[in-house]
Amino acid sequence: MSLVCVDDLSVSYGAKTALSHVSLTVEPGEIVTIVGPNGSGKTSLLRAIIGAIKPARGRVSRGPDVRLGYVPQRLHIDPTLPMTVSRFLRLPGGIAPASIAGALAQAGVPDLSGAQMSRLSEGQFQRVLLARALIGKPHLLLLDEATQGLDQPGSAAFYRQIETVRRDTGCAVLMISHELHVVMSASDRVICLNGHVCCEGTPEVVASAPEYRALFGSGTMGALALYRHDHDRAHDHDHHHDHTEVAE
Amino acid sequence: MLDDFMMRATLAGVGVALAAAPLGCFVVWRRMAYFGDATAHAAILGVALSLALSISVFAGAMVIALLMALTVNLLTGRGYAMDTLLGVLAHSALAFGLVAVSFLSGIRIDLMAYLFGDILAVSRMDLAVIWGGAALVVALIGWRWSALLTATLNEDLAYASGIDPKREQLVLTLALAITVAVAIKVVGVLLIAAMLIIPAAAARPLSRTPESMALVAAGIGSLSALVGLRAAYIFDTPAGPSIVCVAAVIFAALSILGSIRSSS
Repeated sequence: MSLVCVDDLSVSYGAKTALSHVSLTVEPGEIVTIVGPNGSGKTSLLRAIIGAIKPARGRVSRGPDVRLGYVPQRLHIDPTLPMTVSRFLRLPGGIAPASIAGALAQAGVPDLSGAQMSRLSEGQFQRVLLARALIGKPHLLLLDEATQGLDQPGSAAFYRQIETVRRDTGCAVLMISHELHVVMSASDRVICLNGHVCCEGTPEVVASAPEYRALFGSGTMGALALYRHDHDRAHDHDHHHDHTEVAE
Repeated sequence: MLDDFMMRATLAGVGVALAAAPLGCFVVWRRMAYFGDATAHAAILGVALSLALSISVFAGAMVIALLMALTVNLLTGRGYAMDTLLGVLAHSALAFGLVAVSFLSGIRIDLMAYLFGDILAVSRMDLAVIWGGAALVVALIGWRWSALLTATLNEDLAYASGIDPKREQLVLTLALAITVAVAIKVVGVLLIAAMLIIPAAAARPLSRTPESMALVAAGIGSLSALVGLRAAYIFDTPAGPSIVCVAAVIFAALSILGSIRSSS
């Protein structure tokens, strides 16, 4: 039973078409990454899945009782709004105070519950957003460029956290990312989007597809090949793993 | 107890302050200050219409305020910037209202009472309407509190939690129209926005959570009403503006205190 099923989805803003005839499914436990150039409809696709935009045609259906956890692309909290981390995590309600510590630990920021949201660093902020997405024990985690504003080591660490979360909770992940080399190695499946689905499959299949090369060129290909190489090597010598990712 | 006009005035001021506090917090957080102003200014047109039709001023003002707020909601994102749109609508509504009042030759009305409030003339009936309206506003916002907060933080976050931000916006709009209608008698249409914004803004440096900000704002608003009325009585100044002056002084004092605390 698929968690989410997108069937022949088209989305338009006025006369402008953002997505046409997009179909995809997400199965329990898999990590699916959406890549694509700016304006290719990646965010529109995610917003259609959470129900924030109505499809012009086609439909989005969720499995029965599927819970979503959503990490938005950018969240601006007005400085006039006082908000502690623990209050933020309890929105919109129905959350036991006891589960706050658990979600923060899962997101890798165990000691922040009393802090003001406006005082957090960008990395801490993204992890608190992740904690809020995790607190409802989602079946599917949706991430929209969740590492925007983080430096290389920061985003590498963030994606490792996502893999840990998937391993520990078994939730599926559907994410948008620009960081092709990091993300593709961490994904089970990659969907290349440019208003429509250009190509999809395992990272290797997508990376060698002509449609993908036409969009991203061969420069990124090189980075991917290099990364895959490092990643394979890290499997043989586990203690090198952190080192190779962070040093890139 | 209610025979004393000062007692009735005080209760009316506190009632408006209590309703305005939580709503005012949302007005501040969502940057709707000018929206509140526009809705309030439109109410003078409602006053004129209800006098012409001999219906309750409260009902007329509320209906027109609600229509105004809904019109603004409908027109946003259609080519004009929000502040331009509000500027056009707020001032035209005020102008049309003032012109409409001038047509009411049959009845002599004191326009100043509606522009700046007439809190010392609050009757028992007015008091019942003010407290009823205030209770309705507080209940409405209390009921939707978490959903409103989530929608205020981020619309997509709200959708992902199964909350429709457009519906929550409507709840705020309705609460705003009720507050405007009950506050006309107390501070008048020109100063209603002040009762919404100043106590909430003053409460910000003292608050760590949204809930504490709403409570502190309610306290500051009530204190302003008490002190402002007393000052108006002693110095023989207009009551509504005196209340707003006290709130402004509290805001200034707390802001200075807050900046001293955060820089030390």
